[in-house]
Amino acid sequence: MELVLDFASWVLLLTGGAFVFIGGIGALRMPDFYTRMHAASLTDTLGTILVLLGIILQAGVSLAAVKLAAIMVFLLLTCPTAAYALANAARLARLAPERRVRDE
Amino acid sequence: MYLAASVAILVTMALALARALLGPTVYDRVLAVNMFGTKTVLLLSVIAFLYGRPDFLDLALAYALINFIGVLAVLKFVQDYALRHQEPGEES
Amino acid sequence: MVTLFGVFLLTLLVITAIGIVRAQHLFVAVMLTGIFSLQMAAVFFILDAADVALTEAAVGAGVATVLLLGALALTEDREKPAKRRAWIPIVVVSVTTLMVIYATFDQPRLGDAEAPVHQHVAPWYLEETPRLIDIPNVVTAILASFRGYDTLGELFVIFTAGIGVLFLLANPSERGTLTLSQSAEATGLRHHLVPRVVGRLIVPFILLFGLYVQFHGDYGPGGGFQAGALISAGFILYALVEGETMALRALSFRLLGGMIAGGALLFVAVGIAGIVLGGNFLDYSVLAADPVAGQHLGIMLVEVAVGITVTGVLLTIFHSFAAREQRS
Repeated sequence: MELVLDFASWVLLLTGGAFVFIGGIGALRMPDFYTRMHAASLTDTLGTILVLLGIILQAGVSLAAVKLAAIMVFLLLTCPTAAYALANAARLARLAPERRVRDE
Repeated sequence: MYLAASVAILVTMALALARALLGPTVYDRVLAVNMFGTKTVLLLSVIAFLYGRPDFLDLALAYALINFIGVLAVLKFVQDYALRHQEPGEES
Repeated sequence: MVTLFGVFLLTLLVITAIGIVRAQHLFVAVMLTGIFSLQMAAVFFILDAADVALTEAAVGAGVATVLLLGALALTEDREKPAKRRAWIPIVVVSVTTLMVIYATFDQPRLGDAEAPVHQHVAPWYLEETPRLIDIPNVVTAILASFRGYDTLGELFVIFTAGIGVLFLLANPSERGTLTLSQSAEATGLRHHLVPRVVGRLIVPFILLFGLYVQFHGDYGPGGGFQAGALISAGFILYALVEGETMALRALSFRLLGGMIAGGALLFVAVGIAGIVLGGNFLDYSVLAADPVAGQHLGIMLVEVAVGITVTGVLLTIFHSFAAREQRS
């Protein structure tokens, strides 16, 4: 049982870390604000869920697991809302998405 | 395993900082701050377990709650700014 | 390994600081200051200073960013360009930096058990706290009981800051209350449904967590300062989402003024109760039949006093900026 939990934690933490890193690269290399927003906010939420789940599996049934679950719920609620609020603010200020004409 | 996750999170924090310093518009910088905040929460949780001190999770919880407020403050500020100035918000 | 993390974060800190200084647009500087506070909180955490990290995260990255944005709404967006190069300040700062760096060569290594700071009172506090005060968090014991005078002084500094802001920013009208600006400012984000719903959902939890941090300060990281920052952050979130009018209806300026004065008064009252009951000023052992119970009671009252005043001051500063008439 211990081995299964450890293995699951490893997998979750490594994929979570990988997603977080991909999000960071996306935020740096994407050409336009809205695309960067997309990269950053999606991977933020997903990476958070994976990493925190990985740690919860290690914590067992304890107060720490409840606190981690609470952190996960609040981040799940606020990350997408913050992304929405930010994109809305940019739209309100009429920041235009970059349009590129592709020549076939 | 905690070590690998914390290294990934730290590197992403550096990347977010790069975006905050580079970003041509202010919204890029706010995006970077928001990302940095979530990564800080994750880093605090992972390192709390690395240290073996789960009672330090209070900090991560406090910050997860507060991170939201900064972004909403920016939204309100921009809304008022746009109302006052009535111009496109491209700043550098 | 963790030292490496600390060094990495400190490098990021230097880069952020350079970014803040070089930024011409003040909004950018405010955002970078938020990142700076987060990095400081992470560094404090890595150095195992949990109470300080909690305070830095709550105050620096949360409330201070909102206050700076509120102030920014009232002033210019850009820094005034420097008229000429300032040679004398550059020379003075460089010389001072070199002197400070030279002074750090004599510093003891981090965590050295022979360092002077670990010799004098620190072992005494660590040994005597279980016997005299019997709470697990030694930081709270030192802050509230052993060094209660210093905390009283800090509380009065915060009190003075609140009064100072009220002097500078209060806009006197006939009835002596602050006049609110136009309806666009006063409604906040009401027209945005998603942030409004989520914000209203989260406010009770922030307040509850603030109360938890307040009373859990004896056992884990926490205490009055952090709780005050968290509770005021909850009210600030409500004000951002619902607008100034509703927020001031919840906690008016009159009530906030009462909180600022009331907290300071409570702290001093606990001190004087010590004298009246036969001990010294701020001697909690005489507050109850058993000295240890008296210490617990005294620490709880004092931390509550700090929490009330900090909440009052932070909310007063926020409302003074946010409720001010917009510049023409």
